Amino acid sequence: MTAKEISEKVRGQFGDAVKDAKVEGVVQPFIKISPESLLNICTFLRDDAELQLDYLMCLSGMDYGKGVLGVVYNIASITKKHKITLKVEVSAEKPEVPSVAKVWPSAVWHEREAYDLIGITFTGHPDLRRILLPEDWVGHPLRKDFKVPEFYNGMKVPY
Amino acid sequence: MGLLDKQFNNGNVVITSIDNLLNWARLSSLWGMQFGLACCAIEMMATGASHYDLDRFGIFFRATPRQSDVMIVAGTVTLKMAERIKRLYDQMAEPRYVLSMGSCSNCGGPYWEHGYHVLKGVDRVVPVDVYVPGCPPRPEALIEGLIKLQEKIRSESLIKKSA
Repeated sequence: MTAKEISEKVRGQFGDAVKDAKVEGVVQPFIKISPESLLNICTFLRDDAELQLDYLMCLSGMDYGKGVLGVVYNIASITKKHKITLKVEVSAEKPEVPSVAKVWPSAVWHEREAYDLIGITFTGHPDLRRILLPEDWVGHPLRKDFKVPEFYNGMKVPY
Repeated sequence: MGLLDKQFNNGNVVITSIDNLLNWARLSSLWGMQFGLACCAIEMMATGASHYDLDRFGIFFRATPRQSDVMIVAGTVTLKMAERIKRLYDQMAEPRYVLSMGSCSNCGGPYWEHGYHVLKGVDRVVPVDVYVPGCPPRPEALIEGLIKLQEKIRSESLIKKSA
C-alpha cells in the first residue's frame, strides 16, 4: 500500500485522532496523531490484515523548541513491504507519551534512550530508566535548554 | 679478590647496575591492559596483530589490570567510563604507565566543545606518560609512542624519579 492509502485507512478508522498528514511529495510520508490514541492506532496498524506493520524500524525523541517535544515512529511491514511514519507531539511541561513496548517489544530500549536524552516519560513502559548516561546524571542533554554542568563527580566537564 | 674472581672463563657474567637491569626488564615486557574504548582500539588491535606485531617488543595484552604494566587509553573517554578508568588504573600494580592514544583521549578530540558527556583529556583522571596524536593514530604512530615510553623507562632510576 502507498502512504496515502495507509493514511486514509487510519483516518477512516480513527478520524479525529489524525491531526495532520503529509503523504505526497515528501521524502518521508508521515501521519501526525494525538498521543491519547497512539496505542490504539499502533495496535491497529500492526494487527490489520491489509497493513501488517509489524516492524518498528526506529523510534526517535525530538525537541522542536519552544516547549514542544515529540516522538517519531518509523514503522514498516516486512510481509507487505510498505512503511509509514507516525509523529506525536507533547508539551515539555508534561512530556508523557504512552509506551508502545507492548505493541513492538523492540521499542523498550528505544524508549529508554528517548527518555534518557530528551526526557520523554513513556507511561506503561516495563523498565523506564537511563540506558546510556550514568544513573546519577542530572537532566536530559539533548533538550534545547540543557546547560552543560561545570563538574560531574569531581571531573571538570567543559574544555 | 672476590668469590667470583676468575671462576668463569667464558665471560658469561653480566655486570650492570640494578637500575639498568630493572629498566631493561620493565621496558622489554610492557604488558598492556586489554581494553579499548572506540575506533582507536581497532587501530590498537591492528598494531597487536601479526602485520605490526607488538609481541616483538614484548608487548602483549592481559585481560586484567593486576597483570598489566601499561594502560593504552584507546578512544573517547566518556564521563561514565572515566570513573571506571580511574578504578582500573588504581588496580594496576606499580610501576604502571599510561599511554593516551588519539585526540579524544588526549584532549577530547572532536567533542572538545559540544561533548557534554566526554572527558576533555584522560589526564584529568589519571597521569599520562605518553600522548599519541592522531584520529586515530596509525599503528606506526602507536609503536612510536610505545618506543617513546620505553625510552622514558630506560632513563628511570630507583634513586630519584626523572621527569
